[in-house]
Amino acid sequence: MFWNPDAECKPREDLKKMQYRSLKSLVMSLYEFNEFYHDKMKTAGVRPDDIKCLEDACKLPFMTKTDLRDNYPTKMFTLPRKDVVRYHVSSGTTGKPTLVGYNRNDLDYWTESLARAMTSVGITSDDTVQVSYGYGLFTGGLGLHYGAERIGASVLPSSTGNTERQIELMMDLDVTVIACTPSYLIHMGDVAARMGVDFRRDTRLRKALLGAEPWTEGMRAQIENGLGIKAYDIYGTSELAGPMFTECEERKGLHIWGDMAYIEVVDPETHEVLGPGQKGEMVITMLTKETFPLVRYMIKDITTIFEEECDCGRTSPRIQRISGRTDDMLIIRGINVFPSQVEHVLMRCPSVSGHYQIIVDRVNSLDVMTVQAEINPEAFSDRVEDVVAIKKRIESDMKKYLNVAVTVELKEYGSLPRFEGKGRRVTDRRKY
Amino acid sequence: MAKGNLIKQLSIFVNNEPGSLASIALVLKDCNINLKAFNIAESSGFGVLRAIADDPEEACRKLKAKNIVVKQTDVIAVSVEDQPGGLFKIAHIMGDAKLNIEYAYAYTGRKGPSIFLRVDDPEAAAEAIKKAGMKCLSQSDI
Repeated sequence: MFWNPDAECKPREDLKKMQYRSLKSLVMSLYEFNEFYHDKMKTAGVRPDDIKCLEDACKLPFMTKTDLRDNYPTKMFTLPRKDVVRYHVSSGTTGKPTLVGYNRNDLDYWTESLARAMTSVGITSDDTVQVSYGYGLFTGGLGLHYGAERIGASVLPSSTGNTERQIELMMDLDVTVIACTPSYLIHMGDVAARMGVDFRRDTRLRKALLGAEPWTEGMRAQIENGLGIKAYDIYGTSELAGPMFTECEERKGLHIWGDMAYIEVVDPETHEVLGPGQKGEMVITMLTKETFPLVRYMIKDITTIFEEECDCGRTSPRIQRISGRTDDMLIIRGINVFPSQVEHVLMRCPSVSGHYQIIVDRVNSLDVMTVQAEINPEAFSDRVEDVVAIKKRIESDMKKYLNVAVTVELKEYGSLPRFEGKGRRVTDRRKY
Repeated sequence: MAKGNLIKQLSIFVNNEPGSLASIALVLKDCNINLKAFNIAESSGFGVLRAIADDPEEACRKLKAKNIVVKQTDVIAVSVEDQPGGLFKIAHIMGDAKLNIEYAYAYTGRKGPSIFLRVDDPEAAAEAIKKAGMKCLSQSDI
């Protein structure tokens, strides 16, 4: 079953021609009208005329998260703010967050992408979809919400938290599909078991769209066997729009709609373009984005591209499940966290030294992040509650800045490891 | 005159993990610091070692030089009768004087048993103790 068979099953050659035309006009208009990208191309010594075929994309300069931060909030937008109908915000590496804007067409493409994706895993207007991603500045909740509404499914916008109530609603409303992070679904299963609820017996759940954090085939097997459902990988980031791409029912990679995105995989060191089947860092060009164009964006996710047509009949290239990152970004309960952000918060707190360690663990299927920081001798007080107040204040600052709950452990001055240059400050004990 | 009744206690920040106390104790040993009394308070993820040393000024200086997080805190030491009701007497005096006891610990020294008290206003506490006819120890009594 297809949502948009014309677009999804377009013959490969036609799709490539279409991608080339989109790329060419994108580059021409950016060179003409977008100061940021014009300068970037000038510096790289590339002109729109140099793009003569799709593969010439490799001549174009890369965009990075640093570019997004440096041009915060809207300097990279190609449209005036009055045309923007939605903003979303995600974490930046430090200082400024990443802001993305959407006009009506951008929202429409994003929604279309998810309508195709949901249809490709067999979700229809007969389904009731529980969206247990966060709603708000995070793209997960609203993205899935609009996608599910587009295909006519009933949407339960339950967002995150209050797991018992989520399980009750799932039973009461005969929810058939859930969209959330894989670790949250495992947590839900644990909570359900404590409530005496058996997913197979007491719910009508049959499918899950799981993403926003790394997971593995092992976790898939655990979820599917434990809950008696089919679990599908979903991929996207706020820079692209939000969650956009999923596996189809064949489950042989994620379909990256060719009319919306052109993907390359490059060597993380040399940035040389790698061929299909070779593992590297994904670089993505969004072909239809209007408000906030993305050309050769280094998304820092490691994957492999498959060019062959899928058995499902869809012709767009697919990527393998994301196998890692080329930077130090952590994903905590679906939220992106950079160690540099943790450092930023600590640096503004005079009660602790600049030395720190981040420990990430999984407790009862949920990510738990602990930050160890050294108390400054001047800040120490004999009163235990004063020291606890320092810990609480840093925890609250972290929560405000990172959007995720952090446990702070205060340590003796000098007891954390010192590094010269790039330190190993993160211990990730999670097992995927 | 109440000043002479204040005892300087060392308060030391300690990681709450195996081996932390040993490493602090080793520094105390290496610095030749003798403790007369001590206790350990535990909170979420850290501890505070509170100790009475022979020469608190000197001990504090040595510990700071070893990067130990240490503060001096004023406490009072009250002689206590070695019999039922001894603690009651002291606690009752503090209660009557509306002085809140933050923490307390006991030891038996050269001059018999006594209790170290940390209160909001140690000088007022020392006065109250004396008014009730009991004795506060000075640094040299310990």
